[in-house]
Amino acid sequence: MIKSKAKLLQLTVTLTACAFLFIPTVMSVMAGVTANYFKGISSGVTLKWVFQVWELYADSIFLSLWLALACLVVTFIIGLPAAYGLARHPGWFSRVLEEFISLPLAVPGLALALALLQLYGTMKGFRTSWTFILVGHVLYTLPFMVRSILAVLAAMDLKTLEEAAASLGASPPRRFLNIVVPNAMPGILAGALTVVTLSIGEFNLTWMLHTPYLKTLPVGLADSYASMRLEIASAYTLIFFIMIVPLLMAMQWASSRAQRIAN
Amino acid sequence: MTNRTFIVLCLVPLFIFSIAFLALPLIRLFLASGEGAAGWSVYLDILRKPRYLNTLILTVLVSLATTFAALGISTTAGMFLARNQFKGRGVLLSILTLPLAFPGVVIGFLIILLGGRQGLINQITPGHVVFAYSILGLFLGYLYFSIPRVLLTVMAAAEKLDPSLEEAARTLGASPYRVVKDVILPGLMPSLIAAGAIAFATAMGAFGTAFTLATNIDVLPMVIYTEFTLSANIAMAAALSISLGLVTWVLLLVARSLSGTTVAAGG
Repeated sequence: MIKSKAKLLQLTVTLTACAFLFIPTVMSVMAGVTANYFKGISSGVTLKWVFQVWELYADSIFLSLWLALACLVVTFIIGLPAAYGLARHPGWFSRVLEEFISLPLAVPGLALALALLQLYGTMKGFRTSWTFILVGHVLYTLPFMVRSILAVLAAMDLKTLEEAAASLGASPPRRFLNIVVPNAMPGILAGALTVVTLSIGEFNLTWMLHTPYLKTLPVGLADSYASMRLEIASAYTLIFFIMIVPLLMAMQWASSRAQRIAN
Repeated sequence: MTNRTFIVLCLVPLFIFSIAFLALPLIRLFLASGEGAAGWSVYLDILRKPRYLNTLILTVLVSLATTFAALGISTTAGMFLARNQFKGRGVLLSILTLPLAFPGVVIGFLIILLGGRQGLINQITPGHVVFAYSILGLFLGYLYFSIPRVLLTVMAAAEKLDPSLEEAARTLGASPYRVVKDVILPGLMPSLIAAGAIAFATAMGAFGTAFTLATNIDVLPMVIYTEFTLSANIAMAAALSISLGLVTWVLLLVARSLSGTTVAAGG
């Protein structure tokens, strides 16, 4: 397989990069199920730490799941019609609007969180409720939902399809529900999986927006890294991996499928 | 209801949401940056006061180092994986893209497992080798974050590159080094610039990784955070955020115009 020195060098770099990314991940998983990390895996395999994490942080795990679901619903309700509007009304206004809502992809979450805190921080009822964190998550994930659907809609001949339906007497809302939504499905699926994956892992905005009573999974992770023993921090990370890795895989599958359809 | 009214109605929720939770807060943040004791010269203070200037220089240097390291590693690995079919290729590719879903805090923890007091390197080497909380640890954390993102961009570009060009160069007697320098790199260049801009912008604004690792290092996101929470210097925190946001936004705009890809920032 290895024909030359150049190939050997490439292989070495690739394997080193893999080792760099994979070894700490494996260590984290192992530490989460090791009875005593200082003594090593020979001290026994246990689920004790996982259960302890569950006792300590189950609330934050459920809050994250709830937020991800709520975020999905909101981004869907706002994003689906918006993507349709942007696809059917191309022009400077749509371009500016699309560019503008994509700002949260570029501007660091910390800055966005400060902006939200500056404007709404004094509204006590809103500031301390879970909906404040939800706003941050929607802000961050909405561009993914809109762009994912828009890419699929832009690739098909929406206008002709709609004209055909209109000539048969379908009203605009009916055309939207019966023609646009079914055709946009691959984009909606890819967008939805992206939104959920990103929402569950979101830390930068959430750390600034959360209150002591509302800790999400990643906020709890940061908390455990700072104050818990290594085994508990690792077990908590393990739970996070178990949640996020299948989501990532589903997201990559759905995105490449949507992309194939869009092209 | 006419067609046009319906389309406009479809855009209304997005418009309202982005005005209420994006435009107005950002305007408020900008105004807040001028409301401190220093007034609008707070933006000059970033360059005048050593604490902020040093922070800026350090952040740019670490981000540059991350960018070039990630480009070097990911281009090499990406080209290798794109041009060779072998057993285990899929596994290597999965390992290299798996961290896409890891938030910055988790990556910080993984670096602690490598280079912390109880870390792997400290266990297997003689003496006391702890680097997780140093600038090296931070650099490795950013690198961890960037490798998968750059790799995907490079591999997407490599697939569009015509392998027959490389073969032609080789038949004409070009050395592997010349093939890389004169054929592959020029073909990949727009994607490499785009991926580099993304890596740089992400490293500049990475909060999660810095939050776990940079307890004693002044990088921009950590300084913004401490100015806001500990010093209650809201004007400076706002001014630094606005400046940082402008820089990352412009960089990603350049990246997108060159490659057309969108990769989530954050971390």
